[in-house]
Amino acid sequence: MNSALKPLQFKPLNGVRIVVWSAFAFILLTLPVFFTSSFAMTLLCLTGIAAVACMSYNMLLGQTGMLSFGHAVYTGLGTFVAIHAMNKIVGGWWIPMWMIPLVGGLAGLAFGALLGYVTTRKSGTPFAMITLGIGELVFASALMFPEFFGGEAGINSNRTAGKEMWVNLGLSFGPQLQVYYLIAIYLLVCTAAMYAFTLTPLGRIANAVRDNAERAEFVGYDTRLVRYLMLMASSFFAGIAGGLTAINVEAATADLLHGVRSGSYLLFTFLGGVGFFFGPIIGSVLLVFSLVVLSEYTKAWQLYVGIVFLIMVVYAPGGFSALIMLNLRRVKYGEWRKMRWPYAGMFFFGLIALWGFAAIVEMAYQLKVVEGSGAALTVAGIPLNCQSLASWLIAFAVLVVGSAGFEYWRRKFVAVWDSGEERIAEAIKKAEAAIV
Amino acid sequence: MSVLNGVSYGLLLFMLSAGLTLIFSMMGVLNFAHASFYMLGAYVAYQFSAWSNFWVGLLIAPIVVAVLGGLFERFLLRKTHKFGHVPELLVTFGLSFVVLEIVQLIWGRTSVDYPIPASMSGSLFKVFDSTFQTYRGFMMLVAVLMLVALYWVIKRTRIGLVIQAALTHPDTTEALGHNVPRVFALVFAGGCALAGLAGVIGGNAFITEPGMAQSVGAIIFVVIVVGGMGSLAGALIASILIGLMQTFAVGLDWSFAGAFTTLGMTITPETFGYPLWKLKLSQVAPILPFLLLVVMLVVRPKGIMGTRDE
Repeated sequence: MNSALKPLQFKPLNGVRIVVWSAFAFILLTLPVFFTSSFAMTLLCLTGIAAVACMSYNMLLGQTGMLSFGHAVYTGLGTFVAIHAMNKIVGGWWIPMWMIPLVGGLAGLAFGALLGYVTTRKSGTPFAMITLGIGELVFASALMFPEFFGGEAGINSNRTAGKEMWVNLGLSFGPQLQVYYLIAIYLLVCTAAMYAFTLTPLGRIANAVRDNAERAEFVGYDTRLVRYLMLMASSFFAGIAGGLTAINVEAATADLLHGVRSGSYLLFTFLGGVGFFFGPIIGSVLLVFSLVVLSEYTKAWQLYVGIVFLIMVVYAPGGFSALIMLNLRRVKYGEWRKMRWPYAGMFFFGLIALWGFAAIVEMAYQLKVVEGSGAALTVAGIPLNCQSLASWLIAFAVLVVGSAGFEYWRRKFVAVWDSGEERIAEAIKKAEAAIV
Repeated sequence: MSVLNGVSYGLLLFMLSAGLTLIFSMMGVLNFAHASFYMLGAYVAYQFSAWSNFWVGLLIAPIVVAVLGGLFERFLLRKTHKFGHVPELLVTFGLSFVVLEIVQLIWGRTSVDYPIPASMSGSLFKVFDSTFQTYRGFMMLVAVLMLVALYWVIKRTRIGLVIQAALTHPDTTEALGHNVPRVFALVFAGGCALAGLAGVIGGNAFITEPGMAQSVGAIIFVVIVVGGMGSLAGALIASILIGLMQTFAVGLDWSFAGAFTTLGMTITPETFGYPLWKLKLSQVAPILPFLLLVVMLVVRPKGIMGTRDE
């Protein structure tokens, strides 16, 4: 009797999980020690909220295979209801401030139950289109009911209200650090809950519905009900993210419901990777980085993000998490060393090509504002002039050289990668043969 | 008068949704970037009409858009085909992002001045007091011509026969020696050309700005869901329906409050749900297509002319 044939047992608390989750909790606990500036604190808070939102989105896209273009409806409505609840606290209601995200979550759940009843009637592509339509419907309606949504200006609240209540445990939520730890605790609990959810029977059936809806239905599951339940669960966590937003920014505008926001949840969840549970967390880091940091440096950030997204969809549909896992697999089989030089070459020429491309894009943007702010600009510290032919020629030349070098190393890389794949397949076959 | 304006808007919607439906029913790909090709058509036509005149734009812009669409299909979309429908949809979603940014890069973030040609700026005829613009008539003419041409190509020509065959039996068609991927690329380019043409004539009738793709994009999705996925006839009916609905609603100030008052009930700002009852039909016009979508999904999920119910 050898180890491979032991019956499977359900052991939710194994050694690896304890280490990973403790490490996650430890990182969340100690991050504020290293990032003390208020800007870094803001980024951390936004990332934590985005992580909850992206993971809840991945319950739909990654787990159930439902491509939604209207996820911001649930996060946004969660924020609005949470803001109204906060104003009730200002008015003297007895709700502890730290339970506001749960209020947002329940609001998300309620709207998920209402809107999901309509959207989950369809699956696949029609589902995607219907969620887009519902998203537009909710956004347009928001501007029609200024009594609840506050019109163009939105509504405000105050997170320090009710601090004298004993239920608030002496926390005022005035300092950003308290808000950070509130977000961190919610993030940890929600992550654990969502991970546990993937292991429940419903979570598993959702996978079956994703992989082969017809077969799941044939076995006797109501696929529509599965989609409906998954959408409600997902919108509950989305609502929690919305409630956290309410505490974090103390304001809500109709922008929160806009399709652009839904689109960015989709885009960055996909970039992070839908195939692995931790993918959306990577996605949320990218989301905050792009929306807050990259947009500071360049007005064309959406173009860069869009192009990266296109490249990823075509060449690495598993996202960054799949890239990481594929490379870890190489390390495991001792293949990674062979790819060092192709990686270095691709990275080096990739940077060169990126500079050339960025220079062209930035000069094109500069041309639009030449009257206001002059023709001179710098791209990564190198001065250029968008009205001089020389600058354009240099940028094009750099782009061509970089692309050519990149392509050369890419071909080498593909060869090394494919031969490595063969050797790994061989090794796995041998290992299997050894067991039997 | 509203009827004619509504029909002309509906026909424009149909020009867009026809290409989208064709691409969808053939390749199973929902082209998220379809409205972006509409926008590209408008901008390219604007550029050509600025360089020479409107008619050159009308002729060249659909061709330019078709070539761009064909290139996109050949070099990006086809590569994602093996991954399934979701990545295919995502790649068109990414394209819509990139197109929007490139349009802003080339033509700026504000709207451009893309005028109606002077020869058609007058009114065609008058009914009572309201006039019907010549250009609206021209839009209808172009749309109807396109409709007839599309019908003729699909039903009466050899390539149409191959397209119909590839639609239902791609493997058999391929076995008979037809290059089905090329037919796909052709259909994709053709659909984009229709979107481009709609952009040429819609861009100056309405407004040519970077936001135009998003505003019309959601509506044409509603059209093809309401019409029934993959049904051209359904798309036509739904387009006209939505065109009429929106045009009429803008001109009417009915509200629930008014209706209740007529029925003898009193509605005051203290009544429960007053914000909802006081809304005028003209105020809710933008959301009517989406309400129609919801109602349709509840009542008849497969759409007006839909045959399959997934």
